Amino acid sequence: MKTALFVTCVNDMVFPRTGIAVVNILERLGHQVEVPRQQTCCGQMHANTGYRDEAMPVIRHFVRTFQGYDAVVAPSGSCVAMVRTLYPRLVDSDPQLAAAVAELLPRTYELSEFLIDVLGVTDLGASFPHRVTYHPTCHGMRALRLGDRPLELLSHVRGLELVPLKGAEECCGFGGTFSVKNPAVSGAMLHDKCAAILDTGADYVLAADNSCLTHIGGGLRRRRAAPRTVHYAEVLAS
Amino acid sequence: MNAYGTGHLYGPARFEKAARVELAKPQLRENLRHATHTIRDRREEVVDEVPDWEQLRESGQAIKARVARQLPELLERFEAAAVEAGATVHWARDADEACRIVTGLVKDTGASEAVKIKSMTTQEINLNEALESAGIDAYETDLAELIVQLAEDKPSHILVPAIHYNREEIRDIFRQRMPGAADTLSDAPEELAEAARTHLRRRFLSARVAISGANFAVADTGTLVVVESEGNGRMCLTLPETLISVVGIDKLVPSFADLEVFLQLLPRSSTGERMNPYTSMWTGVTPGDGPQRTHIVLLDNGRSATLSDPVGRQALSCIRCSACLNVCPVYERAGGHAYGSVYPGPIGAIISPQLTGVGENASLPYASTLCGACNDVCPVKIDIADVLVHLRGRAVDAKRDTLSAERIAMRLLSWIMSDPRRYGRALRAARRGTAPLAALLGGRRTVRHLPWPLSAWTSSRDAPLPAAESFQEWWQRTRAEREQAQRGNPSKGETS
Ligand code: SF4
Repeated sequence: MKTALFVTCVNDMVFPRTGIAVVNILERLGHQVEVPRQQTCCGQMHANTGYRDEAMPVIRHFVRTFQGYDAVVAPSGSCVAMVRTLYPRLVDSDPQLAAAVAELLPRTYELSEFLIDVLGVTDLGASFPHRVTYHPTCHGMRALRLGDRPLELLSHVRGLELVPLKGAEECCGFGGTFSVKNPAVSGAMLHDKCAAILDTGADYVLAADNSCLTHIGGGLRRRRAAPRTVHYAEVLAS
Repeated sequence: MNAYGTGHLYGPARFEKAARVELAKPQLRENLRHATHTIRDRREEVVDEVPDWEQLRESGQAIKARVARQLPELLERFEAAAVEAGATVHWARDADEACRIVTGLVKDTGASEAVKIKSMTTQEINLNEALESAGIDAYETDLAELIVQLAEDKPSHILVPAIHYNREEIRDIFRQRMPGAADTLSDAPEELAEAARTHLRRRFLSARVAISGANFAVADTGTLVVVESEGNGRMCLTLPETLISVVGIDKLVPSFADLEVFLQLLPRSSTGERMNPYTSMWTGVTPGDGPQRTHIVLLDNGRSATLSDPVGRQALSCIRCSACLNVCPVYERAGGHAYGSVYPGPIGAIISPQLTGVGENASLPYASTLCGACNDVCPVKIDIADVLVHLRGRAVDAKRDTLSAERIAMRLLSWIMSDPRRYGRALRAARRGTAPLAALLGGRRTVRHLPWPLSAWTSSRDAPLPAAESFQEWWQRTRAEREQAQRGNPSKGETS
C-alpha cells in the first residue's frame, strides 16, 4: 500500500514532533510511509472564512499532490474533515476536479481511522506513565465521527491514566479565524475549557488537532497552569 | 419594494462588538448557562428514549424539503382551503406591510386593545411597536413574553424570550412594572405565575381581538396549529371575537398527516417534553364556537429571497424549537441580544442574514466556531455549519470589489500555499522574522503579546513560534542520512 503522510501546514511549521511521531508509529508497524515534498496546506482557513476563490488553488494543489496514493494519512481531524466534508461542494463546478476529489476522499484518513480501520491495530506498544485527559475536538467528533478511536488507542498505552474531562464534547472556542474575529467569546469558551482541564488534575491534555491544542495550551500558559498540551500521536509514539 | 426582509432582524452593532458588551454581564452568563444546560439535558433524555428518532428527523427534513420545492402551489392550496373554511387571507411582502394590515384589521373592529399569543413572527415584524403607535395596546400573554414586554426589553431566546432573567430579576420587574403586583411578591415560581395569572385574567375577559402566530399551517385543510405550554394561547384562541394570525410562508406543511412527525419532533426538541401541554388547531370559522372572524396574514419578509439560494434555503425548514440555541457554546456566552435579531443562536446566524440579505448582517455567519453541536440536535437536520460556511462565502463575495487587509492576507496566503517553493520560502522567512524573538525568549517557545492584528490572538492566549526545524526539513535531512548510511555502509566495508 502506497501511503502518504499529509502532515498539515500547522504541524509542519510549528509542531514537527507530531509528524515525526506519525512516521515512527507507522515505521514501527513495518509500514512504508512517503512524505510528498509538494505538500502544503488543505485550504481550510480560506474555505471556512468564506474565501472560496482563494481556497481553490490550494485545493487543486492538494489534490494534485496526493492523487496517486492508496492512502493519505493526516494527524489532524480538522484537515481531514475539510477534505471530506467541504471539498465535494467546493469543487462541484469543475467536473474533472470533482472526479479526482471523489476518488481521493475515501482514501483520506485521520490517524486513528487509519490505524484501527485500515491497519487493524490498537496496541502500539507505547508507554506514557502520566495522568492525562483527552479533549475530543469538534471536527474529529462531529464531522469525522471518530468516536472512541483515539481513546481506544490510548487505552493500550502502558502507565497512562486517563481522567475524563467534564464537558469534553463542548468546543474549546478555537474555530480557526473565529478566535481572532470573535476574541471575546473565544476567550470565554477557552476559560471554561481550561477550568475543566485543571479540574482533572491531569499533567497532559491530549487531542487530535494541534490547532485546538495551540489555543488551549496558550490559554493554560496564560494562566501559568501546569498541564502541557500534546498531540495524541506523540503519546502513541512514546 | 424590496425582496429582502425588514423588522427586528438586525441590530445596530456587529456581533463581535455586541457580544463583548453582553459578556461583561456575569449574572446574564450565569442565568444563561444554568437555563441552557437544564433544557439541554432534558432534551437529551427524552430524545434518547425514542428509538426511531433518526427516522423522524429524516421525515421532518424530507417533508420540509418538499414544502420548499412546492411552496407556491402549497400556498395557493392553503389560501383556498382557509377561505373556504371562512377565514380571510392577506399577503404581506415585508414587515411594514404586515404591520399595516394587522393594525388596519384591529382598527376595523373598533377595539383599542388586543391580547397576543407568543409568536416570534410578530416579534420579527415589530408588531407591538406598530400597534402602539396606532394607539392600540397589545398585551403579551405568554409568561416569558410578558416579562420581556413589562421590562421594555427584547426577546433573547426563541422559546424562552426571558431566558436572560433569573427569578429575582423577574420578581423585581413584576413588583415595579406590573399593575396590581404586591410589593411583598416573592421569587417563588408559583407566586410569580399566580401574579401573572391574575394580571392576565382581566385581559382575557375583556379582549375582543387576539393576535397569534402559528407553528404550522396545513395546506390541504387551511388549518393553523399553535403549540404551547401554558394554556394562555388557548384562552386567546377561544375567547375573543376576532383572531388575526401572522404566519411566515415557511410554516406550511402539505397535509394534516405530516403533523404527526412534527408534533413528535417539536416538544422533545424544544422544551424537552414528551408532548406539549396544549396543541390548538383551528380551521377558518366554526359558527357559534370561538372567534367568528379569523384573518391570516401570510408573511414573506425575505423568505422568497432565502428560497432562491439552493444551499441556504434549508434554513426555512426550521420549526423554531431552539434546540440549537441550547447546545450552542457561543449563544451560551454571548446571549441572544448579541445577535441583534429576534432569531439568535445558530439558526439566527443562518436565517437573519438570508432574510435581510447577507450584506446587512455580514458578521452573523461568523458568530460560530463551526463546532457542529447544532447540526446534531436539529430535529429537521438542517446542516447549520454548512450553511454558515456557505453564507461566509456569500458575505465575502458581496465585498469582492473592496480590498480589505483580510482579503489581501487571504490572497497572499493562497498564493503561498498553492506552491511548495513559495511555501518553503515563506516558512523560512517566518522563522527568520521571529528568530530575534525566539532568542529573547530562550527556551520558551510561546509569546505573550503580539502586535495588531495578531493581538486578537494574544488577548487571551499565548502564541507559538515556528519550530527551529520544520517537519519537512527533518524528513529530508533524516532520509538523506538514512540513504547515505545505506549507501555508505557497504562501501565502508570494502575499504576497511
Ligand atoms: S434550526 Fe433546527 S434546532 Fe435550530 S431552532 Fe430551527 S429546527 Fe430547532
